[in-house]
Amino acid sequence: MPEVQRSEALGRVTARLGELFPPDALITDPVRLRTYECDGLTYHRATPGVVVLPESAEQVAAVVRLCDEHGVPFVARGSGTGLSGGALPRTDGVLIVTSRMRRVLEVDIPNRRVVAEPGVTNLAITEAVRDQGYYFAPDPSSQQICSIGGNVAENSGGAHCLKYGFTVNHVIAVELVTPDGEIVELSEQDPGFDLLGTFIGSEGTLGIATKITVRLSRAPEAVTTLLAAFDDIEGGGRAVSAIIAAGVVPAAIEMMDALAIEAAEAAVACHYPAGAGAVLVIELDGPAAEVARQFTTVERICRDAGAFELRVAASAQERTAIWKGRKSAFAAVGRISPAYIVQDGVVPRTALPGVLAGIDRLQEEFGIRVANVFHAGDGNLHPLVLFDDSVPGEGERAEAVSGRILDLCVEHGGSITGEHGAGVDKARFMPRMFSADDLDTMQLVRCAFDPKGLSNPGKIFPTPRLCGEVPGVRRGVHPLVESGLAEQF
Amino acid sequence: MSAPALPGLSGVTVRAAGHTDGLPGVPPRWVALPESVEEIAAVMRASAAHDLAVVPLGGGTKRRWGGPPSRCDVVIGTGRLDEIVEHTAGDLVVRAQAGVTTEALAAALAAEGQELALDVPVPGTTVGGLLATGIAGPRRFRYGTPRDLLIGVTVVLADGTIARSGGKVVKNVAGYDLGKLFTGSYGTLGVIADATFRLRPLPAARAWVTAGLGAPYPPDRLAALVTAVAAATQEPAAIELDWPGPDSGGTPSLAVLIEGAAADERARAVRDLIGDGALIADEPPAWWGRLPEPAGPAGGFLLEVRAAPARLPGAVLDLMAAAGRAGAGAAVRGSIAAGVLHVALYAASAGAGLERVAGLLNPLRSRIEVAHAGGLDGRVVVLTSPEAVPPAAAPDPWGRESTRRELLRRELTLRVKERFDPDHRMSPGRFAGGVR
Repeated sequence: MPEVQRSEALGRVTARLGELFPPDALITDPVRLRTYECDGLTYHRATPGVVVLPESAEQVAAVVRLCDEHGVPFVARGSGTGLSGGALPRTDGVLIVTSRMRRVLEVDIPNRRVVAEPGVTNLAITEAVRDQGYYFAPDPSSQQICSIGGNVAENSGGAHCLKYGFTVNHVIAVELVTPDGEIVELSEQDPGFDLLGTFIGSEGTLGIATKITVRLSRAPEAVTTLLAAFDDIEGGGRAVSAIIAAGVVPAAIEMMDALAIEAAEAAVACHYPAGAGAVLVIELDGPAAEVARQFTTVERICRDAGAFELRVAASAQERTAIWKGRKSAFAAVGRISPAYIVQDGVVPRTALPGVLAGIDRLQEEFGIRVANVFHAGDGNLHPLVLFDDSVPGEGERAEAVSGRILDLCVEHGGSITGEHGAGVDKARFMPRMFSADDLDTMQLVRCAFDPKGLSNPGKIFPTPRLCGEVPGVRRGVHPLVESGLAEQF
Repeated sequence: MSAPALPGLSGVTVRAAGHTDGLPGVPPRWVALPESVEEIAAVMRASAAHDLAVVPLGGGTKRRWGGPPSRCDVVIGTGRLDEIVEHTAGDLVVRAQAGVTTEALAAALAAEGQELALDVPVPGTTVGGLLATGIAGPRRFRYGTPRDLLIGVTVVLADGTIARSGGKVVKNVAGYDLGKLFTGSYGTLGVIADATFRLRPLPAARAWVTAGLGAPYPPDRLAALVTAVAAATQEPAAIELDWPGPDSGGTPSLAVLIEGAAADERARAVRDLIGDGALIADEPPAWWGRLPEPAGPAGGFLLEVRAAPARLPGAVLDLMAAAGRAGAGAAVRGSIAAGVLHVALYAASAGAGLERVAGLLNPLRSRIEVAHAGGLDGRVVVLTSPEAVPPAAAPDPWGRESTRRELLRRELTLRVKERFDPDHRMSPGRFAGGVR
């Protein structure tokens, strides 16, 4: 659609939104609109055409129906903490922000579930049930502010997903508004295609979640957190492999290299063992008897792999102290570098040594430093590519290194994103991992849900597939009409 | 008789179909036995060119499940796709072709001290069939169902397109998850060629805590007991209920699996929690991990009943009472704490016909399928109807289509089917709800 027509369509939608929503639920002021110009990935920016703050699924559906009617793109946004630009707005579109949909609708302990609106934060779900000995297992590092709706869109993980899995493994049902503005429920109880599992992690391209039923996990009886310091990353890697080979599945195994440790020390003074070339943070949880036995195994393995110091958290405070360095690592590199790129790639665990060696070669080749922080248990790397944006050309070199790291991941049979999503940031890398046929086939799903391509367009896929005519599903009378539940819609 | 050529196809083993090939009531003309994903694609292209309907079939162990196909020209047997392509023990990941049986897979993995943590309840199930039907067993309570352990898939679409999604790493959010889409698809979207799963180390030890509950056992008490065991910090891997039909004694029992380090000690804690004569065994009870079977001579219906766990005991008790009044029997078994039970419904006496048994279905559906804060809760699916019931007279396998939202969900399903198989040639009719 030409520029002028597009802005005219947006104008018509904005005018109708003004009739449907009170002034405080609609943002059109250019200055206020800029509050929403990016998510957690700040180097992609676009000022949204208009922002709307609905309070119910029906209101979300009304907005989406207007967009559908006028051919205007829309983007959903939760707390805006995403790291792949998944909530990057469209200047020619509507940004639907779920921050006013913040009710926990039901806590059902006997059935271990909570029903929440999409704007409820990840941590608020756990807080609603913690007193009763339960929690919501996925724990992305932004859990204090990120929304459950965003977790569903991104299929969020966290440090503990090695043992407990991702959002998709903990969601029982989702109510969503489809890109044509209908409210539909998808449940794990549904027979047939797993549409619930397909929707979760679709990054807002198949519709907007308006109600989420999550499964709760029982708080573990015992938690033991261990910090092991090694001379080098190889020693840490040997320990990780041996722990897995011994049949232990820790809740988390995190690794940091010397540069990441240096940054964390500078930022939060975490006092990790001096001289460590790598540290592992290992957390075991579960029944006390099981954790006690696993701890003995893990301790022995770490020493055998060359750990020169082991610290065990004996209290919640000490656990927090151990995690402090790890959790601050991303922000901490700001202390040792003016600018940095957070990368998110995955490799098979057995390929870690080869990939880390490859990253070392890239550092030398490009003269760019990389600090490594990763979820070692599942091979999810978060290399922090450091650069000085005041030095001409360094940003470009850092970009190149960042991209080459993804190539390394793909070459070793891994993935270009383990938890941040493809979003707008990695759409161009998708063809490195998938064939044109793979991507076209995925987009058949997109065409089924969103034939007009209005729901978060430009994300995930580098080239949108033309959906063509909507096939004639409705041969004969529509079942809703037939059953008397609706007239033609 | 020499094999008739499937038009437009060479280089792939094809034989004339016999009467027992394919699905009941719809004899196919050809059975193709591809040995690679490329050969599957060749069969699909030839079938597309001649408008032939295709039904993928693994071990054929669930050929009576789902709706009968409206037509079937070509059966794609996956028996020759029986290779475990890659098993990197250090990564706890395995990639297997669709025709590998779950038994063969388990044996290969056990040799490395690992397992796919699903207890597949139907012997002879292949990897492809496992995904196409989405079945799981007792440990679904802890580890989930096939979709939770699947990390990558290769599929072949109706037009011969080969597509992959996911990969061989556990943590991966790149692109849509076609593996999940194909899970539970009953062969209606395409052919599953191979699958990659995340594995677990074989547990060091296992212990079962079993308890006979005696009858009559008040449903509220059973619900409270299941809730308490599920909440145990001993991390049960499975919590199973067995409630045989009236002709087999009819008293319920509960069995809890504890596995991993310190299993004995943890099992003792669960035994003390249950009290009332609970026992610890190092072997499962005989019924563990098997579907209930109709006891009557005329066979019966096999149902899958899903609902929030605390609602199930009351519904089961009501069903048993209604069955008794109708001269029918109901054998119930399954993962009660995960909210999934299987029910065999059958005629317990010669006087009670299968129609009266089928009459129990609608009241059960109204009892199970109710509104809840998160949407509709509860679902009754008919996995198989007795052979004596002609397909036309069989009850709707899928149930629950009375609300606007449910119909919209079905509409989404239809739209996906239309995009993947616009000519309705993939197992047409197999997954009902209007999917042709």
